[in-house]
Amino acid sequence: MTEMPKQFDKQQDGAEIELLSFLVGEQDYSVDIMSVREIRGGATATSLPHSPQYICGVINLRGTVLPIMDLAKRLGMAADTEEDRNVIIVVAVGDRTVGLLVDAVSDILAIPEEDIQPPPEIRADGEQSFISSLTIVDGRMIRILDLKAVLPPPGEESS
Amino acid sequence: MSDPMAEIRASFFIECEELLEALQDGLQALSDGATDSETVNIVFRAVHSIKGGAGAFGLDDLVAFAHRFETALDEVRSGNLQTDASVLKLFFQCADMLTDLVHSSRDGSEHDKTREAPILADLEKLVGAEDEQEDVADFQPMALSLDLPPDQNTFSIVFEPDAELFASGNEPLFIFRALQDIGTLEVTCTHPDLPDLDALIADQCKLIWHLTLTTTEPESTVREAFDFVEDLCKLTISQDAVSDTGALPDLPAAPPAPVASIPSPAPSSEPEPCPEPAPAPGPVAAEAAKPENAPTAKPATTATTPVGARATVRVDLERVDRLINLVGEIVINQAMLTQSVEEAGLPPNSSVRTGLEEFLQLTRDIQESVMMIRAQPVKSLFQRMARIVREASADIGKEVHLQTDGENTEVDKTVIERLADPLTHMIRNAVDHGLENTDERVAAGKPAEGVVSLTAMHRSGRVVIEVADDGGGIDRKKVHQIAVEKGLVPADLPLSDGEIDNLLFLPGFSTAREISNLSGRGVGMDVVRSAILALGGRISITSERAKGTTFSISLPLTLAVLDGMVVSVANETLVVPLNSILETLALTEEDIRGFGPSSHVVNIRDTFVPLLDLGAELGYRRPLETYVGSVVLLVSQEDGSRAAVVVDAIEDQRQVVIKGLQDSYGRVPGIAAATILGDGQIALILDPVDLITQSNGHTRAAPSPAFQTG
Amino acid sequence: MSLRVLAVDDSRTMRDMLRLALIDAGMETHLAEDGVHGLEVLDGLDRPDAIITDINMPRMDGFGFINAVRAREEHRATPILVLTTESAAEMKARARQAGATGWIVKPFDPLKLVKALRMVAG
Repeated sequence: MTEMPKQFDKQQDGAEIELLSFLVGEQDYSVDIMSVREIRGGATATSLPHSPQYICGVINLRGTVLPIMDLAKRLGMAADTEEDRNVIIVVAVGDRTVGLLVDAVSDILAIPEEDIQPPPEIRADGEQSFISSLTIVDGRMIRILDLKAVLPPPGEESS
Repeated sequence: MSDPMAEIRASFFIECEELLEALQDGLQALSDGATDSETVNIVFRAVHSIKGGAGAFGLDDLVAFAHRFETALDEVRSGNLQTDASVLKLFFQCADMLTDLVHSSRDGSEHDKTREAPILADLEKLVGAEDEQEDVADFQPMALSLDLPPDQNTFSIVFEPDAELFASGNEPLFIFRALQDIGTLEVTCTHPDLPDLDALIADQCKLIWHLTLTTTEPESTVREAFDFVEDLCKLTISQDAVSDTGALPDLPAAPPAPVASIPSPAPSSEPEPCPEPAPAPGPVAAEAAKPENAPTAKPATTATTPVGARATVRVDLERVDRLINLVGEIVINQAMLTQSVEEAGLPPNSSVRTGLEEFLQLTRDIQESVMMIRAQPVKSLFQRMARIVREASADIGKEVHLQTDGENTEVDKTVIERLADPLTHMIRNAVDHGLENTDERVAAGKPAEGVVSLTAMHRSGRVVIEVADDGGGIDRKKVHQIAVEKGLVPADLPLSDGEIDNLLFLPGFSTAREISNLSGRGVGMDVVRSAILALGGRISITSERAKGTTFSISLPLTLAVLDGMVVSVANETLVVPLNSILETLALTEEDIRGFGPSSHVVNIRDTFVPLLDLGAELGYRRPLETYVGSVVLLVSQEDGSRAAVVVDAIEDQRQVVIKGLQDSYGRVPGIAAATILGDGQIALILDPVDLITQSNGHTRAAPSPAFQTG
Repeated sequence: MSLRVLAVDDSRTMRDMLRLALIDAGMETHLAEDGVHGLEVLDGLDRPDAIITDINMPRMDGFGFINAVRAREEHRATPILVLTTESAAEMKARARQAGATGWIVKPFDPLKLVKALRMVAG
């Protein structure tokens, strides 16, 4: 009886998720590729009065108003020099579209469903709630973002 | 997968709105003295069509009422009932009732049948008690054979068609096929009276068919097949006890015994085959067989109602909005292109520049046309107001007549929807407070019937709607007094007539000592004003004692663009809506006074106005050291009082395309929306009212909370 | 067998429902919104198998329409069904007088409509 090769198992299973992975503050994050609308270079954002720290402002995306979120700040990381952040990943969640400001885009990964793990137990910081699951690729831990949690709640944003 | 019936149902309710409008128009025409038959027909058909469609969807309440209304209208149509003032008044009430029924059927909401009772009673007085609602089911002969067990029955049928049967378009073959569908059929034909060929008359049928049908169906079903022709033939159907295929029954001269009671197939009453319609009473069938509109029995001209005169297309509103959005983006794109071209340093008369200008003009034209797609005549709104006047006048016991003008003036669909409530308030106020009692009016030498007028017109790129009454005008002494009593104005402040009039717009203001059940609890002009302002409009009052009061509303033609003043504050570019700016000022030292520890006021022609530092209010920077020499916009608030808003510079004045923030981001305090400027940058559009409401007024060095760095 | 049917009614809702019922039965449907329009459409049709018409319509009502249709030589015997909201005997008599072949009562049952059409048009 030959041992079934691992790939064969996975092929039988079939279900995979495609992720777009990127760097935020030197950590690896990712989002489901199905939610990504486009990737573009940064632009100067018009700031919104009384908006939370993690909202940079809004930019003009081909005639529509796109809010830009500084993902590092949103995830509670120490604020780094902003000049380095120059990539905006435009994602759609439900009927809302938001641009996520990140350090760099890494790759597109196809991850079999069974390789997706739940996040480890609750840690002290609130960052936990933004991550829905994780996976390991080439020894690196890739955090998969829960976009619904990341996006600002609709309605008043006054800090 | 959409359900076609659901679509048709939705479409039906839209059609109902059109029919209800036609009904109102028709009744109005009759009330204005029209006597022609076509108007009456239009009114009748409107109710008839609503009833027909309602029946298809099982809307029984609606069908029942429509039927009663239709019956009365039929009496008018046939000349049995004259439409005098009281009859028309009842008909208007019926139309209102019908409208309510349509709406409650559409929305699935409760319908209060008790309100129907008095109307139905009045209708009954007019046309007599309604007989039991006719059985609307298919006409079928008594089905005697319902109890038949589902055995095979054999029927012998003798069928001799008259000439008229064929003339009416019926065809025995198809009837026989229908019989074949329900059982086994054998057909034999006899022709005992068949003349020789040269005596043969082509359209006289001399054939007699004998059919034997074996079926499990009862006799009633067999008869059904002959439904359309039973009076155009000699027909006998008998049921055999035993299946009897060979024998031919005698040709009956009289109907044989064991047949169910059906009108005996005697020769038809009209022996001539050609159907000439007997002149019927009323205008409907009185035409000769001509396709043109022949003159009717009644001596009147048929009003030309343009049926389908204006070709229209029904479009999903979403598609229209999408189109408007795209055009808005073209305009933005173009502004950006123009800017780039300018920056590229091309000479002004270069072909690129001139080409771009023509392009700009074209785009503006497209934009205007596209915006107007959403435009609708205010007529439906005015008709609603007519009903409000009728109801208000009845409730309060004053004679009131609504005069309208400009009902074909077109306004954006959303504006019409959002004007309904404010207009309703104003009309009710006019009837309730504006107009004097009948006695007072007569004593003052005015006609007993008060007039409320509603007009709409386009004026210098905006829509102007006026609500006026010929009542007693504003009692300024009383208004001022009440405002002072309520602490809305200081007692010793002198106010001009215009300023007193504007006190009516203050929140919580109401001159009614007892709140009449008509105008409700404190639903005052402040609510109306907010609604108008929210539409980007303005409202003003003029009033003359003993003559009357006029409210004038000015609205933008469309909601998607805004006339704004582009300003810069703390390196940010913002747009301030033009309709909120009263004037611009440059401040000198003497103008500015301190007010409390952290604020300033500005002296403008001897009144003091609070100073707001826009940069500080929006959290862009700390309050300025000094405001001397600042550029200041004098902005008006909801209640007419003002604020002086400090900006760094005024850049430009232009029309901008409004881009919402609500959907993409949410609410931002002090900000109404956003727009995209020629350089591609986003500029926020200020909401002055919100800004002022939320303002902290800090214009002195004390740091505002929004500015704690963290 | 696909029948070619002309249906005339001033109510858009009724036209929609007629079309739905007829198309579901595999019939080729042509619509018009009053008698005048009906004649225009009719003249452009090649051998219609049946006509359905409402009575109360603007410009030219059902009776006028039927008369005009029957006046055309080729349509002397074209089956015509009238749509009526009453089943009273007078209505049927009037329809008959005008030259109608049969009638359908509104609100109509699509099956009955199709059956009636087959009865007069095959």
